[in-house]
Amino acid sequence: MNFDVEKIRAKFPILSRQINGKPLAYLDNAASAQKPLAVIEAVQSTMQHSYANVHRGLHTMANETTQSFEAARQKVCEFLGAAEANEIIFTKGATEALNLVAYGLMGEIEEGDEIILTQTEHHSNIVPWHFLRERLGAVIKWVPVLENGTLDLEVYESLFSERTKIVSVVHMSNVLGTINPVKAMAKTAHQHGCIFVVDGTQAAVHFPVDVLDIDADFYAMTGHKLYGPTGIGALYGKREMLERLRPFQGGGEMIEDVFLDRITYGDIPHKFEAGTPPIIEAIGLGAAIDWLNQFDRAEIEAHEMKLYDRALAGLKQVNAFKLIDDAPNKGAVLSFTLEGAHAHDIAQIVDKYGIAIRAGQHCTQPLMEAFGVHSTARASFAIYNTEDAVDRLIKAVHKARTFLS
Amino acid sequence: MDSTHNIDDLIEDFSFLDDWEDRYMHVIELGKTLAPLTDAERNTLTKVKGCVSQVWLIQEISDDSPPVVTYRGDSDAHIVKGLVAIVLKIFSGRTAQEINDIDAAKILAKLGLEEHLTPQRSNGLHAMIARIKQDAAKLL
Repeated sequence: MNFDVEKIRAKFPILSRQINGKPLAYLDNAASAQKPLAVIEAVQSTMQHSYANVHRGLHTMANETTQSFEAARQKVCEFLGAAEANEIIFTKGATEALNLVAYGLMGEIEEGDEIILTQTEHHSNIVPWHFLRERLGAVIKWVPVLENGTLDLEVYESLFSERTKIVSVVHMSNVLGTINPVKAMAKTAHQHGCIFVVDGTQAAVHFPVDVLDIDADFYAMTGHKLYGPTGIGALYGKREMLERLRPFQGGGEMIEDVFLDRITYGDIPHKFEAGTPPIIEAIGLGAAIDWLNQFDRAEIEAHEMKLYDRALAGLKQVNAFKLIDDAPNKGAVLSFTLEGAHAHDIAQIVDKYGIAIRAGQHCTQPLMEAFGVHSTARASFAIYNTEDAVDRLIKAVHKARTFLS
Repeated sequence: MDSTHNIDDLIEDFSFLDDWEDRYMHVIELGKTLAPLTDAERNTLTKVKGCVSQVWLIQEISDDSPPVVTYRGDSDAHIVKGLVAIVLKIFSGRTAQEINDIDAAKILAKLGLEEHLTPQRSNGLHAMIARIKQDAAKLL
């Protein structure tokens, strides 16, 4: 299929909105993406035509809904390249997926055990591990980020000790766009007998992921950045890992038997899906994956990177523009500062021209510290963005520069 | 100049500004008139919670009866610093009763800046005003 951005845009009703009297240029995709009609219709159609609770029902609609829900699990399984659909746990997002892993591993961590994280992590892949530090006395060790936005892999290799139990790494940074070499890092982690966790929140959106090729023990992703609904994400875990993991929440659906003095747990994935799951959202995520699969992912990536390059070339002309990183291998996320201007000022001014970008710390305080900045402005690109939006961004940032001099 | 003049002047100045660009420029200019706080004055006690940009407010109470409350303030972002300056023009140098009686929303609407006031906006204007009003309530 030929990549035609106008045809794609036509499938996103929200993109025809006006903001402050200007056409919307939505460049905050790393925070959340807009939804195509295919997703909107799948969500609506479920509620309108075939909806009931899943799994235990014996009536027609319960069976239909269960089928659609489990079909969505199969889609996520294929999307991530997992071996079987039972290795996919539905969560409310990547944050819950990572919390689930950290909580599930609590029984295996003793005081002094070590966890390796990187300075490029989002808080969602930091705070759950801090819980293990606070509650169990685990020690967190950090892989530093180099000036160009890549990880210091020499230090990574040197961080392992016989106490290292877990390594958790973001696949693609939400601030820098840097794609971390998770496959090689997994190999090192496994050589030291460690569990290797990947936060794939951004990565899953921008390029094909193959969890078996990476050899990840766990891989977290979210739906709302992948053109799907909010409130749905997934955790992939190798079967033996998920079986080993302690359940996260208790309730209906996740147990086999409940007695007054004991309980027995259900099999994966249900062991981790207590209560009524986000049924409609999961079906919406399945629709998002189907929608995305009609495209050549490499073409989308090339389109997004073309926009990134165009934005960078234009923004470099703005007085006192500073790009945060220039990593050789990255996705379409552009973080920058203008000397003497606060990122919030930039975001507020470009909003007046209809342009949505992010400004702040992006839930990555350690990364901000590593680069010696308090906050950055961030433009992040998606399938439906245009060169015109990029040109307007450049113009608006020039304007902001005049305002803030 | 007494503090009532401050508000009237503010409204008059803004009345000449037709579009948002001019209003933003003026807000930013007002921010530049604020004397920056020292690093020591920018501390966790003076920091206003609920602002994504950092905002600090320092309250000083005079010995008069009733006491006059003055404020100094600062922010690390230009636009927000301008909003701090406006808030100070509206509230600083008044008695607690006067502060209590001021309808800030009405004044900001006259300035064409009401969009900044909703609690959901993360610029913290709402939080600043709430802080000043709470401080005043303690003196009543």
